[in-house]
Amino acid sequence: MSNNIVSRLKRKKIEEVLEAGTRMDGRGLNDFREIEVRTNFLEKSEGSAEVRMGKTHVIVGVKAGLGTPFDDTPDEGVLMCNAEYTPVAHQTWEPGPPPHGAIELARVVDRGLRSAEILNMEDLGLVSGEKVYIVFVDLYVLNWDGNLIDACGLGALAALKGAEIPVFKVSKKNEVSETDKTQKLELRCEPIPITIYKIGKHFILDATADEEEVADGRLTVTLDENNNVTTLQKAGPVGFTVDEIKKCINIAEEKAAEIRSQSVASE
Amino acid sequence: MSKSKAKGKTKTKRKSRKKKFERVDGRKADELRPVKIETGVIPNADGSAYIEMGRNKIIAGVYGPREMHPKRLSKPHRGVLRVRYHMAPFSVDPRRSPAPSRRDTEIGMVMTDALEPALFLERYPRSVIDVYVEIIQADGGTRCASVNAAAVALVDAGIPMKDLVASCAAGKMEDHIVLDLGDYEDKKGQADVPVAYMPKLEEVTLLQMDGILTTDETVEAVELAIEGCKQVYEVQREALKKKYGMDEEDAAEDAEETEELGEEPAESEEEDK
Repeated sequence: MSNNIVSRLKRKKIEEVLEAGTRMDGRGLNDFREIEVRTNFLEKSEGSAEVRMGKTHVIVGVKAGLGTPFDDTPDEGVLMCNAEYTPVAHQTWEPGPPPHGAIELARVVDRGLRSAEILNMEDLGLVSGEKVYIVFVDLYVLNWDGNLIDACGLGALAALKGAEIPVFKVSKKNEVSETDKTQKLELRCEPIPITIYKIGKHFILDATADEEEVADGRLTVTLDENNNVTTLQKAGPVGFTVDEIKKCINIAEEKAAEIRSQSVASE
Repeated sequence: MSKSKAKGKTKTKRKSRKKKFERVDGRKADELRPVKIETGVIPNADGSAYIEMGRNKIIAGVYGPREMHPKRLSKPHRGVLRVRYHMAPFSVDPRRSPAPSRRDTEIGMVMTDALEPALFLERYPRSVIDVYVEIIQADGGTRCASVNAAAVALVDAGIPMKDLVASCAAGKMEDHIVLDLGDYEDKKGQADVPVAYMPKLEEVTLLQMDGILTTDETVEAVELAIEGCKQVYEVQREALKKKYGMDEEDAAEDAEETEELGEEPAESEEEDK
């Protein structure tokens, strides 16, 4: 939490309002802003999604191609997430190497997808040790107003769900060649991240940039459609008691189901 | 919705197998790997610690509080904690590039957030406390072992703390919730839940997880990891007592006035606020 006079006043005001059981924009503590998801609106990427959560606006692009597998998994394809904080997204964001926040964002979304085993990686292998599919998921932040992990996680899922990747042919001599066919990616589950922000003794969902700025910390819980937890990530210079962790997991469990039925199922 | 929820839970029901569960290194499910901590291993640093946790061999050094470079990163009203986690090229198989990876950056971040709640950074305006962690050999659970070494190194540097920070992971291996995953269990296991914990304040300061666990298993793993942290905490205390020469009698006498290592006065100050 930044501690200049403006953010201290901001914090005071936000906490006062939370004390009364509401938020600066009139939402309840566990309410999300309106979520809009649009998929496959780009022609040149294999899959795409645009997510708006209030003023937060992200685009997710999926590109797939050929590459070499990692040494320890010669028969498995590769799924990779990258996040870009574009300088258009906020007045304090600058061009240059990715800030720590962007690296964490990419890695938390990435872990949410991969540890949930969303793709069968062995299906994406072509020639053992030499050629596999690489699926890139690029998270592109266009306007920052908080809660990027949830917005990008939702976008990544929607983009992968609609993605059609090119089909490659493997000859008997293990030569890989292009075809003009495409195929849908087969998703094995639908993980959604829910981030709970801690401000004093209050817990809120879908924080705006102002709320995020004054928050003490956050806990992201990613859950699949069977309510299995696939990722946890705590951040911020603050501790959580075991009871608080349990509470956060419960909130996330409820909210993930709600958001899944609203925005993913409706597509 | 609740029906499908129940279905999902039965799918991953645990302990369905009759076969006796054995861990790869013969440990019990709730048993830590051997932990050894030594302080004051780097003469030039303000504080330092070396930890062996299983085959992990890790050195942590603390410099500061000192002037922040570059200056623009300093804060006028408080100090900054900066943790750099770095793996030696020969610490893993195959050799790894010495350039910092995205993983290193993220671990540095979560370690900062794990240690900062124990410090009084408001006492050091415009300053920085640098914690440098070098992984000499990695054996699974390096971030936890690194937190353990870094916390002891901070104490060794004479920096007042509200509490020690102890860290340990739990996870799921062959459908069992187990403590302190080694390298093999880390790679082959179904889930890994690293936790850092302040035993006196009873707060979790690092919590991550990847894998697949039911919500109940997640809570079970966190609670098991906390038990592990409490055991590590004792080893940390022993290491500090060894260096600072407090035997039992001295300590008992001392405890009557103030608690050892300057932890207690710091804590009471926190309560005063």
